[in-house]
Amino acid sequence: MSTPTAAAEPADGERRTAVIATCALGGAGAVAALVPFVSSFAPSERAKAAGAPVEVDLSAIAPGEMKTVEWRGKPVWILRRTPEMIEEVKKTAADRLADPNSERTAYPTPPYAKNPLRSIKPEYFIAVGICTHLGCSPVGPKAPNTDPALGPDAGFLCPCHGSTFDLAGRVFKNKPAPDNLEVPPHKYLSDAVVLIGDDSKA
Amino acid sequence: MALHNTEYKGLLGWIDARMPTLMSEYKKHMSEYYAPKNFNFWYFFGSFALVVLVIQIVTGIFLVMHYKPDARFAFESVEYIMRDVPGGWFIRYMHSTGASFFFIVVYLHMFRGLLYGSYRKPRELVWIFGCLIFLCLMGEAFFGYLLPWGQMSYWGAQVIVNLFSAIPLIGPDLAVWIRGDYVVSDATLNRFFSFHVIAIPLVLLGLVVAHILALHDVGSNNPDGIEIKDRKGPDGKPLDGIPFHPYYTVHDIFGLSIFLIAFFAIVFFAPEMGGYFLEWNNFIPADPLVTPPHIAPVWYFTPFYSILRATTSDFMWALVAGIVGYAALLYFALPSRLARYATLAVTLVLVVLMLPKSPLALDPKFWGVVLMGVSVLIFFALPWIDQSPVKSMRYRPAWHLWLLMAFAVVFLVLGYLGTQPPEPTLTLIAQAGTLLYFAFFFLMPWWSRVGEFKPVPERVTFAAH
Repeated sequence: MSTPTAAAEPADGERRTAVIATCALGGAGAVAALVPFVSSFAPSERAKAAGAPVEVDLSAIAPGEMKTVEWRGKPVWILRRTPEMIEEVKKTAADRLADPNSERTAYPTPPYAKNPLRSIKPEYFIAVGICTHLGCSPVGPKAPNTDPALGPDAGFLCPCHGSTFDLAGRVFKNKPAPDNLEVPPHKYLSDAVVLIGDDSKA
Repeated sequence: MALHNTEYKGLLGWIDARMPTLMSEYKKHMSEYYAPKNFNFWYFFGSFALVVLVIQIVTGIFLVMHYKPDARFAFESVEYIMRDVPGGWFIRYMHSTGASFFFIVVYLHMFRGLLYGSYRKPRELVWIFGCLIFLCLMGEAFFGYLLPWGQMSYWGAQVIVNLFSAIPLIGPDLAVWIRGDYVVSDATLNRFFSFHVIAIPLVLLGLVVAHILALHDVGSNNPDGIEIKDRKGPDGKPLDGIPFHPYYTVHDIFGLSIFLIAFFAIVFFAPEMGGYFLEWNNFIPADPLVTPPHIAPVWYFTPFYSILRATTSDFMWALVAGIVGYAALLYFALPSRLARYATLAVTLVLVVLMLPKSPLALDPKFWGVVLMGVSVLIFFALPWIDQSPVKSMRYRPAWHLWLLMAFAVVFLVLGYLGTQPPEPTLTLIAQAGTLLYFAFFFLMPWWSRVGEFKPVPERVTFAAH
């Protein structure tokens, strides 16, 4: 038992320690209670499961035509490039592009698409049709000299903030978008069927 | 326990004996709150903002009775409200017009603050609560805009949420966490609904109460920018003050009747306001696969949106030059050695992270987001960066007023540009506007002290009518 002491002396030190310890523990508990609330914001199991790969039949796409399919809720483009379109990509000078060899890592280009045409087969360009700037879907493909923003180039134009891309989804320099269009993981199941969302080797 | 000794009779006396708070608060905030008698036109907007808040809450409650926060039904349920719910179109148009009017009223209310120095000591906290209300309002508007699930709702939310993905390292994961999915989806719609109808309104109401309580503690400013509490009569009441009720309640009801004529003229005759209050593209259901050819936020966000868009990699050079120049100015102005060295260090870090040629440079996209954030948050700093010896523009050099007008014009021009599709010439104008916008605030500690100030009167300027 403690006896009453002079006013200058601190209050019961043991009790003060107990109060501090209780507050610390209670505070830790309060922080721990945030966990379920914070984690409830993450994508649900259902949203994660919805990312199943999509099979696309290429035979229905005419040369020069583009088909859009939905994968993980995003538009995925399959552009069947004509020889002229491939020529357009090849003649674009590298110093006019922000990342001509797809070396940036924000949207890593799969190794099998790390070539100037950014595709497995030169004819088929497959990309996620979402601008790497702020997520709008660019419009195109536009032929040369048909759009003031693209000028003499063929390619895609993002309507939101004016980023332009060539027909291999490579972004032109000094545009808002920092990265080339994302190439999704994909593989050919046969000559005419491509699987988007899965590139694992069987 | 004895009852409170009451001066009232009847029912009021019965209540007052048991809960004296009721009448004492009524007196404190209404019948014995002394407001300066020289309020002018600009002093209507605080009351208007409160009325618009009530309109938004009441119409919102009724809209929620018919709206469905589900990506499959949301668009359809809004059309159902418009076509099939009796009076539904009226309630919805009041809500959508109210959103735009909220911003009109709040921008004018804030402009009043700049005009008469209403944020200056001792009203800093009033101003800070007000700025927080403005942030909440922006959140309310943004979250609410997704709910009709039209093309603009969808792609607007997509763009704004993607702003967070510009933050280095954690950005992309943060954007997924906010959306609750890899793209804007049903999960996003549901949580935005929750924020719009419950979370933010609760915070907003708390802040409005804090704003008014803080105001009533220090008392209202006035167009002369002088403290009426400095001149009190023998009864201890400010000589230039009049009780808020009945004088300003009646005064504000008169103003309100004119305000409501304008409000309902738009609700009835131009609810879309030429595509500015309700954008055309939002009458098309959300399509995650196609972006509309031209997307822009609603008008009240466009000044800040213009600043975001103006930040291209070429513009980074101008920004770096501006920062270096500003650092030099600060270096010679700051009194302490520590502050000078801190300025140098911060400048160095900024230059390394901003200069396009630097190996550590972050994307202009990220800096665009930073600039947009700063352009909103800079308002918090006003009580400290405004160093003018007098509060009101009435007694400041005439060119201070012209500067403020020029700032207002820049704000409007940026706002207009934000509604337009991106184009090289317009981008250049927006970049010039961005530099002027920031120069107004960042150079304020200097320019607000310069010039010839007029003598401030002892009593407010007021002619009885």
